[in-house]
Amino acid sequence: IGAMENEIVKPRSQRHRRVLKARAPKIHENDKKTMFVRGGNTSDVVTNVLKEMYMLKKPDALLLRKRNIARPFEDQTTLEFLSKMNDCSLFMFGSHSKKRPNNLVLGRFFDNQTLDMIEVGVDVFQSLRDVKTSKCPLATKPCLVFSGSLFESDDELRKVKNILIDFFRGPVVENIRLSGLEHVMQFTAEDGKIFLRSYRVLLKKSGSRTPRVEIENMGPNLDLTIRRTHFASDDLFKKACKQPRAAKPRKVKNISSDVFGAKKGRIHMTSQDLKNLQLRKVKALKRKPDASKCNKNKGKKTKEKKQK
Amino acid sequence: MVVRAEALLQKIQKEEEEKLLSIQVPKTIDVAIDAGNLLACDSNPIDTKQLRSDKENYLKNLAREGTQLLFNEIWKLPIERVQDAVIAKVPAPTTVIPREKPIPKAKPPTKWEEYAKLKGIRKLKKGRMVWDDESKSWKPRWGYKRANDDTKEWVLEVPANADPNEDQFEKKLKEKKERVAKNELQRLRNVARRTGKKVPGVGRTAVGQEKQSKLELEAAFHVSKQATASLGRFQETLKGEKNVKKRGQKRKFEAVTQKCNTEKEKQLSILNQMYKKSPQLNLTKAVNKEIQDGQVKNPKAGKRKNTKPAKSKAGGKRPTRGKR
Repeated sequence: IGAMENEIVKPRSQRHRRVLKARAPKIHENDKKTMFVRGGNTSDVVTNVLKEMYMLKKPDALLLRKRNIARPFEDQTTLEFLSKMNDCSLFMFGSHSKKRPNNLVLGRFFDNQTLDMIEVGVDVFQSLRDVKTSKCPLATKPCLVFSGSLFESDDELRKVKNILIDFFRGPVVENIRLSGLEHVMQFTAEDGKIFLRSYRVLLKKSGSRTPRVEIENMGPNLDLTIRRTHFASDDLFKKACKQPRAAKPRKVKNISSDVFGAKKGRIHMTSQDLKNLQLRKVKALKRKPDASKCNKNKGKKTKEKKQK
Repeated sequence: MVVRAEALLQKIQKEEEEKLLSIQVPKTIDVAIDAGNLLACDSNPIDTKQLRSDKENYLKNLAREGTQLLFNEIWKLPIERVQDAVIAKVPAPTTVIPREKPIPKAKPPTKWEEYAKLKGIRKLKKGRMVWDDESKSWKPRWGYKRANDDTKEWVLEVPANADPNEDQFEKKLKEKKERVAKNELQRLRNVARRTGKKVPGVGRTAVGQEKQSKLELEAAFHVSKQATASLGRFQETLKGEKNVKKRGQKRKFEAVTQKCNTEKEKQLSILNQMYKKSPQLNLTKAVNKEIQDGQVKNPKAGKRKNTKPAKSKAGGKRPTRGKR
């Protein structure tokens, strides 16, 4: 239905046309944009968490200026509307109430419809500013480290892990600058809680080519308690994960590489015409210009001899 | 000075091992690494005791180990130097992450495209610039400052049989607007057709003066005749006009007085239906309820085609009048 709507809306200007084109479904998708939404009432902690998460996600993120009174777990329409308006498919919603103090909801949309959400409470928050160390530059693609067997064994946490990867992984890239690997985000699951830690990487000489990694706490650090969750049905999730055929890598035929990394290819050639093969030129066999004119037969004979 | 080769070898080997030790991390379960996402998943169980006693240091150590393993993997990737930066070529991410939007579908052909394919009409490529005889220069085919611009004419011929008081400029402008409107209507019809909706006919449009068939003209005439406030009741009939009343269908109501038998049969059939032992299902109601309940959970419910309720034989709240 969404795609149809795009067609019905006729662009009124070139700029409008470009916007519609950018928002239309694509085979190779753009990086997901995140919106940070403040709810009707937010505590200092929640506001700061939203701000700092926004800073970590910055080029592909949007911090909404106004408050939006919404309850994502009761009615998703407000957030779905905002996602459509801002073309964002990830969101973090912060609110604070007596029943659910320091509440964060993070989730994602598929086709501007809610796919899944998790609600967490912030128990402990350590801001970037609270940790007095140097920080990594803005827009650094973070390395993600998930520790804890629960992320594999627990069904719910496995889904939570997928959401967290989607949320924090940043842009999908082909090349990466090695000195740009400066930020590590760690998620540890234990007993219904998730510990989020953020570190800066320091590379030390190890003697071998690979450096030894040392890390330094950078912030923001959060201790989160999982509250409510809303996951997509298996059907919908499967549908959302389907990749178009054009995006899948094509199988390359007849090319292989051996153990040493050398490239091997198989080439098909037509059979060689040996009659026209140019052999070594010998002066004695050369046709004289005069002789060729008066007796052609002789000349031909010499040529045959040559071939033999 | 005599150096024993064996001792030297041992020393070198030990040094090499120590070098490797600094980047090696022993783990009982291998850490899954997705270099495309810069992701390391350590599924070794957590030491709860240590976590409680010395949380920050324990977490930091875990993170360091995970990062080290990830970096070991990244440094194995093909590395090249571009200008001043050392760059690693990252493989495609292996973790399955849902898409943002559905896979784009191929646009189904419009009605014209279908027709053109049937008839083998191919689009000819036209050059953008056209020779303008008047200014003796190349100008764009259409748009601003176009060649052979017929909108800029300052005089227009009045056709032989036309009303001399008619404004030919206005007429031309109006025709152009009609053409644009018709085109937009057809675009929307194409869109509607693709969604599987029933599309009503356009009827006659005022566009163009091409030859119209007699039938088309007749249909247009009857439509326009009925398009009055009183549904054409007070329109005068023209000379040689066909009977208009037969066009379209009118609702029919039952007669007030009927034969005894027919009425009795109808009532009996209703009673029979009411006292049937098998439960009666109101399909319309059931389907609507199902849609409303499942709307939040199942986004597929938004699709028109699937959710269109089948016409029920057992009537809803309001019985359709006049069809009995």
